[in-house]
Amino acid sequence: MTITPLGIVSLSVLLLFLAVLLVPLLKSSQRLLISTSFTLASAASLLGIIGGVWAVGGAITNTMILPVGLPDLPFHLRADPLAGFFITVICLLSLFVSMYSLGYIKGYLGRRPVTSLVVFYNIFLAGMLMVVLADDALFFLIAWEVMAAASYFLVMFEDERIENRRAAFLYIIVAHVGAIAILLSFGIMAGLATGFENFTGYTFDAMRQAEFPLKWATAAFLLAFLGFAAKAGVVPLHVWLPEAHPVAPSNVSALMSGVMLKTAIYGIVRVSFDLLGTFPWWWGAIVLILGLISAVMGVLYALMQHDLKRLLAYHSVENIGIILIGIGLSMIFTSFNMPMLAALGLIAGLYHTMNHAMFKGLLFMGAGAVLHATKERNMEEMGGLIHRMPWTAALFLIGCVSISALPPFNGFVSEWLTFQAFLLSPAMPSPLLKLLVPLGAALLALTGALAAACFVKAFGVTFLGHWRGHHMPRVHEADWFMRSGMILAALTCFLLGVLPTLFIDWMDIIPQQLIGTKIGVSSGTYGWLWLTPVAQERASYSGPIVFVGILLVVVAAYLILHVKPGAIHRVPIWDCGFGKLNQRMQYSATSFSMPIRRIFGFLFNIREQVRLTPRGVYKAFPKRLNYYLRVRDRFWGWLYNPVIEFSFWVSRMVGRLQQGRIQAYLIYSFITIIVLLVFSR
Amino acid sequence: MDLNVAAQLNSFLAAFVLLTAFGMLVQRRMYGLVHLFTWQGFFLSINTAVVGFVAGKHHLYISSILTLSLKVILLPYILHVLIRRLKVHKEVEVVVNIPMTMMMGIALVIFSYYLMAPVTQLSTLVTRSTLAVALATVMIGLLMMITRKHAVTQIIGFLAMENGLFFAATSATYGMPLVVELGVALDILIAAFIFGIFFFHIHTTFDSLDVDQMARLKEED
Repeated sequence: MTITPLGIVSLSVLLLFLAVLLVPLLKSSQRLLISTSFTLASAASLLGIIGGVWAVGGAITNTMILPVGLPDLPFHLRADPLAGFFITVICLLSLFVSMYSLGYIKGYLGRRPVTSLVVFYNIFLAGMLMVVLADDALFFLIAWEVMAAASYFLVMFEDERIENRRAAFLYIIVAHVGAIAILLSFGIMAGLATGFENFTGYTFDAMRQAEFPLKWATAAFLLAFLGFAAKAGVVPLHVWLPEAHPVAPSNVSALMSGVMLKTAIYGIVRVSFDLLGTFPWWWGAIVLILGLISAVMGVLYALMQHDLKRLLAYHSVENIGIILIGIGLSMIFTSFNMPMLAALGLIAGLYHTMNHAMFKGLLFMGAGAVLHATKERNMEEMGGLIHRMPWTAALFLIGCVSISALPPFNGFVSEWLTFQAFLLSPAMPSPLLKLLVPLGAALLALTGALAAACFVKAFGVTFLGHWRGHHMPRVHEADWFMRSGMILAALTCFLLGVLPTLFIDWMDIIPQQLIGTKIGVSSGTYGWLWLTPVAQERASYSGPIVFVGILLVVVAAYLILHVKPGAIHRVPIWDCGFGKLNQRMQYSATSFSMPIRRIFGFLFNIREQVRLTPRGVYKAFPKRLNYYLRVRDRFWGWLYNPVIEFSFWVSRMVGRLQQGRIQAYLIYSFITIIVLLVFSR
Repeated sequence: MDLNVAAQLNSFLAAFVLLTAFGMLVQRRMYGLVHLFTWQGFFLSINTAVVGFVAGKHHLYISSILTLSLKVILLPYILHVLIRRLKVHKEVEVVVNIPMTMMMGIALVIFSYYLMAPVTQLSTLVTRSTLAVALATVMIGLLMMITRKHAVTQIIGFLAMENGLFFAATSATYGMPLVVELGVALDILIAAFIFGIFFFHIHTTFDSLDVDQMARLKEED
């Protein structure tokens, strides 16, 4: 048997299942269990990276038919460049996170058994890989459900707390509603591909070859988009994200936010570009608009949070929005037959997919390290951690810079590409798009600025200043396993930011296969140095040169400030003569986001109360001030509460049928029989 | 025997089955109900034998004997024992008053004839005219279960329904295969035993066999 990328990735999936099978043998020694399982997971991820990189780099497409599944419906596997790209994303992050987990999960030792965490962690990874490998609707949905169920149990891991159970329940509901929509979408496509008489239409190949009438294609696309949007956390289906991500163990949140959401992106790209193939422009407009809404709303909600992991979860909503902006633009350009720009949009979206996996994984790992050390998620209680956890602080800062889209890190490159797709777009033949394109560019810029503000807050409040809580716990730096995971992720962020041309050259095959054009970044002299998406005279960016420039400025600043002795004094903080400064008087997360809360207040459901307790008769000298702030997602009130109330109402109505009297039940059957007899006569 | 005579005999017995069904619908006394049920089984058994003779299906004789032993001897005996042991031979309480129940029963018979009209036209069997009666018997059995409060009467209603089904099988297709009939007969017997056991338990727990008591098992809001 020859070695193919598909074979390597399948081997990696098998290795993950082997890790699961080993669990019963190792259960008695939890420490050994952790090291074995996560080492195996790392090895599997490494294999997956090899397979994925090879599939993309070599433009190889392999297929395989497994003789398992339902009778006459075998499982089809396929590894093509698109799948290879997502396999690379998944495996890269899962490699880092598995290394990180070797240290992180040890924190649970002695507190609770970690067997279920280890089992479902590996199943979860395998599930994600299978989703990407699947080449028929049946296997895809099975893998999709395996992934959803495994992540449900991971969210439920610390199930003694009611918030975890609530979050997991909400998650599984949203996941299932999404899965039903996907199932229906595949049903439409399979039915139209080969007719409803046989089942051969369930393979993706049959769907690829079929021509769909527009209205059915639209139905299939909208259902699939709904299903994948529920998984990806597109506004307004995002509510499960900020509930589920904070309560899951941090390595799991890193994976869920970093790569599980990306499987939904994969699904959207696969269904729209590959399976359906042709589409009208307004599908792209829908994706673009929802992407813009998600980006802006996600970052605004993130700004309001003071729970570190919840803040990161809302940022996932934002970044999924940015990815969808790229993909939506690409769809619009494709339908107007502008392949060059379409390829640019797709590359931008996929690049951001990769970047978000890396920096969000890094940030969640950093948040996990902080949580591990301080047992605290609320930023208002933290501060000054940079002195105790210098490594974590530096790595978290790299993540913050990346996600804020600042050069020389990777976030900048992909957002820059997205901007290029906006700015280079010619006049569109539709008035809506004429409005949407400049507006979208403006909103994307707003998102970037707000994200930067948000991470100034997140980093500043968590790591700078002094400890804000009442008594500081014994904080320790993350161990080397955790550090190595984070260092590798940070390094990847850096490389993706400095050498984008190499990376884009590697993945350029994907738009070529899906749209028909490469973007050919490395044209001209010193091609590898300059990222030139369309033409040299329009716009180009050089990661290495910008990096060297920034390095020079930093070195110069350091030399000026630090080399001369005595240039920096450390003195007590000037207290304006007040003299009783304490750590509670620092700038807090809530106060930092106050101006933005004032400006965008109409988007939130805010309740703010200030209560003064005067000191005796002197009203000017309050004894105590209580400040109460509650910021809620308006979508709960708009979308979810009506649904919840309606389902309770329906249940109450149905409950009335239950009389408790045998006669009543008999009457029900009797009337049913009579009615059926009358109608089927 | 002439076919015409057989059809006449069949219709005659069908009329008796229907009559006993109506009798059960209006009968207030427990023993009376059991007696009527016995008679219904008896007519059913004879009818099965007649159909078996006319159609030349000899396995119908076996099911006829089975019916006779089960529904005329064994089940009435069990019911008698139940009634005596549980001391429930007083007047049966009804949910809807008797004349109203009668009217509903008549409506059901008409409805059955209306339903079966197309089937009767298509069928070539001797017994085709009794299909509607069989259906009416099933429905009247169900109606009896609905209108009675007492658990034992509900069982009798259930058994009457089964009689109707058996009758329908005989008149629609000259009986089911023997294996199926044996199975059904066994089911009925087992059901009767299980009901008996349950009733003893219900009686000792609730001190009554009024099914209204079970409304307490309903979920509270």
